[in-house]
Formats: sequence, C-alpha cells, structure tokens
Amino acid sequence: MNNKPIENIIELSNDLRWQIGDEFHDNLAEGIYADAAEIVKGSVHTAQQQKQFRLDAKIDKIITSKTLGFPLMFLILAVVLWLTIIGANYPSSMLANLLLDTLHPILKNLASGIGMPWWLDGFLIDGVYLALAWVIAVMLPPMAIFFPLFTLLEDFGYLPRVAFNLDYLFKKTGAHGKQALTMSMGFGCNAAGVVATRIIDSPRERLIAIITNNFSLCNGRWPTQILIATIFIGAVVPTSLSGLASVGAVIGIAILGIFFMFISSWALSKTVLKGEVSTFNLELPPYRPPRFWKTIYTSLIDRTLIVLWRAMVFAAPAGAVIWLISNINIADQSIAYWMISSLDSFGFLLGLNGVILVAYIVAIPANEIVIPTILMLTVLVTGITGGEGTGVMFELESVNETGDILRAGGWTLLTAVNLMLFSLLHNPCSTTIYTIYKETKSVKWTSVATLLPVIMGLIVTFLVAQIWRLVF
Amino acid sequence: MDNKVNSACEGCSQYNAKGLKKLGVNTDNIDFVVALAGNPNTGKSTVFNALTGLRQHTGNWPGKTVTRAEGAFEYGTQKYKLVDLPGTYSLLSTSQDEEIARNFILFGKPDVTVIMADACRLERNLNLVLQILEITDKAVLCLNLMDEAKRNNISIDERTLARDLGIPVVPTSARFNEGIPELIKTISEVANGNIICKPHRIKNVPENINKAVKKLSVEIEKEFPTIPNSRWIAFRLLEGDTHIIDALKTGELI
Repeated sequence: MNNKPIENIIELSNDLRWQIGDEFHDNLAEGIYADAAEIVKGSVHTAQQQKQFRLDAKIDKIITSKTLGFPLMFLILAVVLWLTIIGANYPSSMLANLLLDTLHPILKNLASGIGMPWWLDGFLIDGVYLALAWVIAVMLPPMAIFFPLFTLLEDFGYLPRVAFNLDYLFKKTGAHGKQALTMSMGFGCNAAGVVATRIIDSPRERLIAIITNNFSLCNGRWPTQILIATIFIGAVVPTSLSGLASVGAVIGIAILGIFFMFISSWALSKTVLKGEVSTFNLELPPYRPPRFWKTIYTSLIDRTLIVLWRAMVFAAPAGAVIWLISNINIADQSIAYWMISSLDSFGFLLGLNGVILVAYIVAIPANEIVIPTILMLTVLVTGITGGEGTGVMFELESVNETGDILRAGGWTLLTAVNLMLFSLLHNPCSTTIYTIYKETKSVKWTSVATLLPVIMGLIVTFLVAQIWRLVF
Repeated sequence: MDNKVNSACEGCSQYNAKGLKKLGVNTDNIDFVVALAGNPNTGKSTVFNALTGLRQHTGNWPGKTVTRAEGAFEYGTQKYKLVDLPGTYSLLSTSQDEEIARNFILFGKPDVTVIMADACRLERNLNLVLQILEITDKAVLCLNLMDEAKRNNISIDERTLARDLGIPVVPTSARFNEGIPELIKTISEVANGNIICKPHRIKNVPENINKAVKKLSVEIEKEFPTIPNSRWIAFRLLEGDTHIIDALKTGELI
C-alpha cells in the first residue's frame, strides 16, 4: 500500500498544529459551546418558576449534608438489610422444606426403586442435587428481596448521591470518587462491580477500584454472615435484643469491609499505584419516582435469576466434589478427614479450624456453599448424628440445631467472629477472578487482587485470635 | 421506493407502529445498523428496550452502561440492528466506556445515529450532539424526558431546533413509551434516504483554526474522496489524536 500521501497529510497536520498554537483544544471547545448557546436561545424557552428543581435541591441538601449524609446512608443500608434478613426467613424455610425434606427422599426412593448403584445415587442425589437445592433455598429469597430494593434505590437516583458523600474520603485515600459507585455494585456482586469500573478514566485509579472491590460484601457472602451472626452473636444478648444484635453485627462487618477498602486503596495509591487524583464531573440526576412493578420485574429476571444461575452452575460440581472427598477413603479415613486434620493446627492459630479452611478450599467456585460444606464436614468429623448420612449436604430444620452441631464441633464465639471476618477477607470467587483478568489483561494485577485479601484475612484472624485468647 | 400513501392513516406513525416487530438478540440479515448515542443518563437503554423487547438493565445514574449492547427490530419489511452505546459527554476523552462509544460511531459506520438528549439540559447535551454531527450526516435527535421538561416548565420549539441542527428532532418520554412510534418512523425515513439531513457544522471557530482545518481537509478529501467527515478528522489530526492517525494509516476510517 502506498502510504506516501497519508504521511504527507500527517506531516501537514503537524506543521499546522505548530502554527495555530496551544489553545486549539480550548478554542474548539469554546466554539462548540458558543454554537450550542445560540441554538438553545432560538428554540428553548424556560419559565422562571422551577419548582421541581427546588424540591430536588432540598432533598439533596439533606441527603448529601455533612451531618446527616452518613447517618442516612447507614440507616438506608440497615433498613435494606433488615428487610432482607427478616423477609427471607419464611420463603427460605418453605423452599428448604420442599426441596430438602420432601423432594430429596422422593428422589432417593426413586433411585433405589430403579436399582441405581449406591455410589451413583450418592454422587448425583446427595452430592449434586443437594448442593443445588441448598443454593436455591438459601440464596433465592434474600436475592429476590435485596436486588429489587437495591434497584429501586438506583432508579430513584440515590447512588450518585452516595458517590457524592464518599468522594471526599476517596480523594483522601488517593482513589477516584466514582469508586463509590463500583463499590455499591460490588455489594450485589463483585464481578459486576469489577466490570462497572470501566467508568473510571484513569488506569491507575481503575486498578485500585478493581483490586479493592472484593471488600464489598457480596451477595454470596451475606447469607453466611447472617446465619453465623444469628447463631452466635444473637445468642450472647437477651432474646429480645438478639435480632437487633445480629443485624448490627452484619452491618458492622459490611462497614469494616468499607474501612478495609479505604485502607488498602490508600496503601496502594501511596506505594505501587502512585499518582495524582484525577478530577471528574459527577452529575446528580433528578430524582425520578421508580416505575415500581417494572423495576421489580426486571431486577428479578435480570439480576436475581442470572446470579442464581451462575451459583447453581458452580454449586453442582462443588457438591459432587464434597461427596467424593468424604466418601473416598485412604487408609481407612476419607480424604476430607485427612485434609481437615492436616489443617486443624493452622486453623487453630487463626481462631478457626480445619473444617472451615477445607470448606473455603472446596468452595472457591462459589462462596454460597461455604456454610453447608462446613456443617457437613463438622458432622463427619465429630461423628454426631444429625441431618443425613456421611458426606451429604443438608440444611437443618432450625438455626438452633445448626448451632448445636457447630458447638459440638468445638465452635466458640471466637470461631464465629473469625469466620465472619474471614468470609469478608478472603480471595474473590472464581468468576470475579476471571473477570478481573479479563478487565486488566494482567496476571500480575489479577494475582494481587486475589492474594491481597487472603493475606489480610490471615493476618486479621490471627491477630484477633491471639488477642482474644490473651483477654479471655 | 413506490410506497404510495393511500389514506391518512397509513402515513401516520401510530398506525405504522403496528409494523414494529421486536426481534430481541436476533441480528441476522440486517438491512440497517442504528447506533444509540448520547450523554449519560438520558434514557438510551430505555429506548433500546422499547425497540428490541430486550431487558437491558436501566438505572438512574450516569455510567450505568459500560459495554455495547446489541439487539434488533423489524419495521415495515426491513430489519434494523440497534446498538446501545455507553453514555458520553464528549468524543474527545479517554475513559474506556467513552472510547467504546466513540469508536463505534467512527469506525462502526452506523446507517443512522440516534442521539439521545435530555430535554431539561439541552444546552449541555448539545456539546456531544454537535460533535457527532461533524462525524455523520445521518442522525436523528431524540429529545427525551419531555415529561420532566414539561414539569419544569421548559418548552422546546422542535421545528426551530430541527432546522438549526439540520436533522429531524423527535420529542419522547421513553419511560412511558411516548413518542417511540414517531422515533421508529423517523429512523426508517432517514435510513431509507426519505429524509436527507444537512447537519449543522460548528461555526464559532477562530479564523486561524478554520484556515488550518480547511487546508487539511482539502488534502484528506483528495486522498479519500468518499469520506463524509474530513473536517472532523482534520480537527483530530490538529489535536494530535494518535488513534485517528493510526486509523488513517491502516485505512480503517474509509
């Protein structure tokens, strides 16, 4: 191809650029604005009275005020969580009844009826089916409440205000103010939060947002937090206050996550990702009354079902693995037993135990199945009776029964607190890791994003365990 | 085109709205490609959903759409592919979402570009509108959120605006499906060449820049006689935009 004329054009443009000087960009921008002003003058008529704008401004004055902004934010978060926790209880137990107590025995009977060998029956029904059933029973109800509530807030126009409130803190840590938006998305799903970082122009600040997104407690981890808080934190206060105490503990963990996000953003921007904070314009859109039913419908279809589907895709093979490691024996003991006993002393150092660590290894694909795996492995090790047979994932009838099993497995308040901390501070799930790689195209930054939270989690749980044992 | 109008009804967009078939993600055998561009939070995804029957997530914050979504619809007997672009304030910036939008308008060569604008903030939105009109001469301005404009006592003379911009202007309230039939009809008329646009070109440019741009665009047109946006490319070359320089070298722009 003959590139000569094109080279000439580029050369000419270089010459001309020298002639017209530095102000070209500004002059052009001014020209565009002058044109826009002329056009608007000819065709837009604005009446003096602008009541709506004034109402919007009034709401903004309260929501983004220095004194009320933060308390209101936490209050809204608390209400959303409260509705999610309380509201999800009933449908959850109904689903558990249907899928685990009714359908599971029917499937078992059917399998033995057609003469299915015990290992195939165990692998498919006790492994794969139960993992799926558990994920649906535990995840669907809270998501079906949390996502629509979140979407309603989003449609109303609250999210940019959150960004506005937090902007000052982000600037102080050397990160981009729009990270508040991606952080909020992370509370739903970290993978979605990582994709949302595309709104951040500067590569440096975008990397910070990607690496720290995992500190937003995601949807797969809410149920773990809620269950453990209900069993152990709720139990140390009088019954009348136990609901409040558990919601408070969960919110405390979420806020701790935000705190860690700021700390690590700050550390990153002061060390490996040094640079100037870039300025940006953030439009506060007008408040729009959400179209209620439409929002509910689309958030159920788009967000809830898609996230649920993803969880199921990952849970099915994980269920199979759990069944396999607890049913394949080496030297008279199952693989799971050997894994647990080899990790037990390390777990003790962290105020956790071998069961929890094995559960986190097995559950890398999906955080949602951590709790059922822990229960199943605990039963296996302690040999207590309860739930189903060996290596079967199950859901116990009540929170009390779950608590009994865990206490029999040697759990204390420290184990519970550290499990909640570790659930906040550990590697992102495999989907998020893959998404981080796709967005950064860098093995280095993907590894940093994966390992940084685990290392922090190990340090934090270790310190808490040592101090706890000194004090109590 | 021998589309003879038999009665008043057939000429009306409301009647023809029945000819709309939402095709979802099926983008086979497409006759025209339509891009949806505009400032953030002006309702692009809402219009996208209304036309394709898809359910792209919508929200009330700038920066919600960060990827390109594609869908299709059929109107009359023709199939249209619709591309929902991330919102941008300008075509001069560097963030990834804005680059996706810019690259598609420049290199994707859509048959029609629908520019969404917030009727309450028209002056600010025109910054992008005027930039897009430098690139393409087949565009429709969709003046969305007319319901909010009305509530705020803002009235817009669409005819004057259309004359000044040189492209058709369609007022809509996409959230309530108002104006969508008119929008579809206008898109098809521009795509089929029934409406010829004479887009506004930026006028208030200082004389020394104007001279340089003219000199440069003459050279560009000499080399690429069919190029519709030599002036825009001249602007970008003067700015030293390496992306455009590369695109010129590889012939991607033609």
